[in-house]
Amino acid sequence: MTVASAPRTARRTVSPSVRLARLWGGVVTALTVLLAALWVFPVYWAAVTSIKPDEETIVTPPTFWPQTLDLSNYTYILQNSPLVRWYANSILTSLAITVLVLLLSLLCAYALSQIDFRGRQWLYWLVLVGFMLPFQASLIPLFILINNLGLVNNFAGLILPQLAAPIAVVIYKQFFDQIPHELGDAARIDGAGEWRVLFSIFLPLNWSITVALAIVTFIAAWNNFLWPFIVLNDPPKLTIPVGITQVQSAYGVAYAKTMATAMTAALPTMIAYLIFQRRVTEGVMATAGLKG
Amino acid sequence: MLDTASQGATLVSREKRGHLRRRWITALLMVAPFVIIYLVFLIFPTFRVLQLSLTNADLTGQGQYIGLGNYTRLLREPTFWTALLNTLYFILLTVIPNTIVGLVLALLVTRLKRLKGLVLACFFLPYVLPVSVVTNIWNWLLDSNFGIVNTLTGSSVAWFQDPVWAMPAVAFVTIWWTVGFNILLFIAGLQNISPEIYEAAALDGASGPRLFWSITWPNLWPVTSLVLLLQLIAQFKIFDQVYLLTAGGPFDRTLVLLLYSYREGFQQQHGGYASTIGVVLMVVILAASLLQSRVLNRGERA
Repeated sequence: MTVASAPRTARRTVSPSVRLARLWGGVVTALTVLLAALWVFPVYWAAVTSIKPDEETIVTPPTFWPQTLDLSNYTYILQNSPLVRWYANSILTSLAITVLVLLLSLLCAYALSQIDFRGRQWLYWLVLVGFMLPFQASLIPLFILINNLGLVNNFAGLILPQLAAPIAVVIYKQFFDQIPHELGDAARIDGAGEWRVLFSIFLPLNWSITVALAIVTFIAAWNNFLWPFIVLNDPPKLTIPVGITQVQSAYGVAYAKTMATAMTAALPTMIAYLIFQRRVTEGVMATAGLKG
Repeated sequence: MLDTASQGATLVSREKRGHLRRRWITALLMVAPFVIIYLVFLIFPTFRVLQLSLTNADLTGQGQYIGLGNYTRLLREPTFWTALLNTLYFILLTVIPNTIVGLVLALLVTRLKRLKGLVLACFFLPYVLPVSVVTNIWNWLLDSNFGIVNTLTGSSVAWFQDPVWAMPAVAFVTIWWTVGFNILLFIAGLQNISPEIYEAAALDGASGPRLFWSITWPNLWPVTSLVLLLQLIAQFKIFDQVYLLTAGGPFDRTLVLLLYSYREGFQQQHGGYASTIGVVLMVVILAASLLQSRVLNRGERA
């Protein structure tokens, strides 16, 4: 927006240099759009492949639009793999993670920001340190712990470690810190307890960041690969991103079916993004440390 | 402080003390659920990985203390150096290229008047796909026999199985997948540069590349350094796409640190040795994080 704020020129005086600049601008715009189309082409290609019959996926020259529309790939994968089951697992666990992450961080951040209690500074410092700790480095002890708790192949074992993410606490605290103290104090004088203040004043005021965080958390939980891959082994228990890596070998080089599987797995996050584009952007900014 | 109330405690101060006590309990109830999970599933494993790295434990956590044995073994193990160098090679292939591509695409997107949302969506969409979907798609596009890339270019390279091309191919897929995130950060950075600076510079007769190098670039540096460091930290932890695209092959050419740790820990049951690799990974990432927080703090103060 800001970069292109060229000096205003009156409409009628179109000097050659301005005309050249406009032409150049048009060329750059066209190239940008072309590049965007090229960038999204792999997704398009996967979608198109998924509705072609197998024979058509390997013809030369390739067909950029299916000659025969074939939806049987989708019915095939739905009938011949636990895809529906994995879908249900993913929806269930991603929703649980989203709700719990938001709730736990909301409560913790509210106390850290609004209640003056002993050890508060120390606790916030601990949260900030944990922010830098990569869970990938302690994958082995985490697995041993979950195994000792008897939670391997169990959704609790899948969900619990994903709740230990300090980022939402940090974001909520930053947002709560900006709310003037008088607002809460007024309600407290009227006799409202801290829980009332949190849920009837602070949460509604932060509704938009809550929605943004919810969408980003859901997408991240749905897409998570490493931890579900480690902790779930039982085929019916898998989540969809892990599950689909198991079936592709079974199809061999049947790329139409593999792409149908991929498109099905990608659908929820793609739809969530396309509907909530602005919220996703806000959430990404907040998690990156830049306020949206 | 709670217990510094003077001896002559009046009814009022006792009431106040009770009030403070209730507040403390409320605060405790609010922070407890998160803090407990956080301590158990993040802080505890972090200490435990340090301890395990000094033992010859298997995947049950049972083992004997062997001092720095794992560390000396690690330093003498050629595979470790291969994994470390491969990780650094992957970082070289992704961090700066991904930042540059992100910046260029952000500059192109911001100057659009119409179609801006649509174009941005095209660049960002891959970022919301699960990694296994991304790898499935690229396995198909880069299939050596029927993939569209080789069909259109006449190439016959088996990208992910080729010793020379495997790592660049994984890096390329990574950039395609994640650049949308960088674009968003750069767009936010560009929007924060006030239009007046450009107008003033334009009045002074500056234009085109001059505007970029003397205004956009220096003003964008805080965001650029943020992007570089976030990338650096993320790419040290690379696992998913390598595991799914090449499984570390061919001939360990794409074996990276986390994959090496995974192999040793989960496939060879060498929990202690795998933890040692984890500690190395953690030290490196913590160093990068500290660097990041310093850079970020400087940005906030400015």
